[in-house]
Amino acid sequence: MSGDAPMRSHAGSLPAPEFPNPAFVTPVPLAQAKVAIVTSAALHRASDTAFAQNDTSYRSIPREARDLVLGHWSPNFDRAGFTEDLNVVFPIDRLEELATQRVIGSVADRHYSFAGNQPDDLATIIHDSGPAAAAELKADGVDVVLLTPV
Amino acid sequence: MCVLAHIIEAAGIATVALASMRPVAELVGAPRTLHGEFPLGRPLGRPSDPEFQHDVIGRAFALLDATSGPVIESHPVVIEEASDAVSCQMPPAFDGDASPAVSEARGIRKAYDRIVERRGVSSVGRAIDADTVPAAIEALERVAAGTPLKEADLPGKNTVAVCHDVRTYYEEAAVELANGPLGSGRAIENWFFEETEAGKVVLAARKALADEGVPFPFWFYMAPGHR
Repeated sequence: MSGDAPMRSHAGSLPAPEFPNPAFVTPVPLAQAKVAIVTSAALHRASDTAFAQNDTSYRSIPREARDLVLGHWSPNFDRAGFTEDLNVVFPIDRLEELATQRVIGSVADRHYSFAGNQPDDLATIIHDSGPAAAAELKADGVDVVLLTPV
Repeated sequence: MCVLAHIIEAAGIATVALASMRPVAELVGAPRTLHGEFPLGRPLGRPSDPEFQHDVIGRAFALLDATSGPVIESHPVVIEEASDAVSCQMPPAFDGDASPAVSEARGIRKAYDRIVERRGVSSVGRAIDADTVPAAIEALERVAAGTPLKEADLPGKNTVAVCHDVRTYYEEAAVELANGPLGSGRAIENWFFEETEAGKVVLAARKALADEGVPFPFWFYMAPGHR
């Protein structure tokens, strides 16, 4: 019995917000770039406030944190991969390796997490919490963001 | 996720989004997207496989060389979800007075404690803690037997959150109990819902609540939609 196929079909049927004149930023060379992860897995530190159902806010995750809870409310995806290795959702150790190898310039000190199961209109994310997180990333001096979905 | 890419890019930061669903990614049209046909919940494809994860990240970062967008590419490897259940060594039941599900839940506690010790964290705790899992299963058994939800004395109250905690308690323990490879996406989910007593109780309670006529969100999200 497949679980992923009906989820893919359902998601493909949902309306998507439109972004007229979308921005397209040319980054500094990767070897000089400060890189952050933004995930929709609703990850948070065990000591941080948990995500509520339909939570439109976000959490910041310190670079060194590994005590991460998978706070996503949807039961419709695999969680065991994360339990085995958080990098399959939040590839922080891979970024650290790339920084050591000087493939990327540096790893950001803070990363950010939203909950993927959002109210359908996405209004708060688009107009409030999304821009707020983007402003924090900008203040952190981040050049490149890798987004990981759940 | 691709929506956030637009927002972050608008703030002046270059983004590259991993995407699990190509049609959705095409619709949203984020500046740079690497689609991976991987099990949902595993955007980097394979846990405990740094080489593969680096391959995914490398292909994603290569899209930063594009001079205009949107650009979307697919990773060449397709990873299917598991069609079977992970094999787990279940401890023998030791509590003759308890139901099979409650006895089973108590029996896997040491495995759960070991994985929490090793990882330093648990995703159990949305509504109940690990100590309360057996009592929650007993309440779900009452619901499955026809007791109305309001009279079932369910610890944690929120049916969806409680079932998340019961399932997560089992799924985290399963990483310790597995007799070998953990399998692809949903192999442990398949084990919980198809092979454990607690998984059967959750599904039976869910059906009873649907039959009782409680609101859809209270019962539907107690388990994955396809179940």
